[in-house]
Amino acid sequence: MNYLWPILILISLLFSIFRGTIQDINNSIFTSISDVVTLSLTLVGNMCLWCGLMKIVQETSIIKFLNKLLNPILKWLYPDSKENKEAMKAISINTISNFLGIGNAATPAGLKAMEELEKENMNKSELSNSMIMLIVLNTTSIQLIPTTVIAIRASLGSPNPSQIIIPIWISTIVGTLTGILITKILLRRRKI
Amino acid sequence: MMYFSAIIIPLIISIIVFCGLIENKKVYDLFCEGAKDGIKMTVKMFPTLIGIFLAIGMLRSSGLLNYLSNILGNILKNLNVPSEIIPLALIKPISGSASMALATDIISKFGTETRIGMIAATIMAASETTFYVIAIYMNSIKAKKSKFVIVPAIIADIVSIITAICIIK
Repeated sequence: MNYLWPILILISLLFSIFRGTIQDINNSIFTSISDVVTLSLTLVGNMCLWCGLMKIVQETSIIKFLNKLLNPILKWLYPDSKENKEAMKAISINTISNFLGIGNAATPAGLKAMEELEKENMNKSELSNSMIMLIVLNTTSIQLIPTTVIAIRASLGSPNPSQIIIPIWISTIVGTLTGILITKILLRRRKI
Repeated sequence: MMYFSAIIIPLIISIIVFCGLIENKKVYDLFCEGAKDGIKMTVKMFPTLIGIFLAIGMLRSSGLLNYLSNILGNILKNLNVPSEIIPLALIKPISGSASMALATDIISKFGTETRIGMIAATIMAASETTFYVIAIYMNSIKAKKSKFVIVPAIIADIVSIITAICIIK
């Protein structure tokens, strides 16, 4: 990020001088900042709601049920952290929320999992294997019901809005499996 | 199906509260205690969000993305890839709101049941806003080397977009 961020900014500036879009860039800086404020206001509400519900989940037997349900997959995905109970709890909630398409619930659980994984991480200057897998899975995220897209299609007058589900499933599963596979390969090479 | 998507969140909330009740937990106290963490997390995320949105906003308004998608579109046209979806494929990993606007635009312009409309919808749903997710998750722990994690994430994005283009005829 310490390289990517300045590169993005500098390239944009150079390109816009070359293209004569300086005024647009200038405007974008101010819109970006006010966009973040608007976004954060919605975000803070959502985060509080799902953090609150997550707390209840963690204190009841729902979490044990989720853990049992996901354990075989999670053990395979996160072999280094299977003993880390707190992290696995958060990862279970994160996985289920992604699957159900509740991104708002997935984020707080995912961040919680990162904090727990950080505690067991030996080398603090680098991401642990489990952290890398967690981030990759959250960027690809398999979704059971893609509600947003179905809603867009419905609002634009599609006769059958949910027909899109099958191609979405295929493409998201192929993408996710590729992500897992490449992460596994890279992690194995890193060990050697 | 629309009914299902409307009921899912209320149902989840009810199930959680119900389970807490029958297990005799102080559900409301627990809820409020947990909700406090939400504020902390958002405050912690705020600087990252400003940074990301600033860079992405500059990148978009500079016209560089359009320029790149024109070049890519011309190259990929021969491979039966509709050039209209290239801008969406490029912007999807970096900005959720911009790609949402773009996808809605493409779908309404070409129609919900056309090939382009279907591909746009699939790209929208098949992956997350990769850079945003990486930035938020990296921010929750101390600054670390991030190059490693970007590789599988980006390849997965590209593969799912290619899959979408291949399966929708």
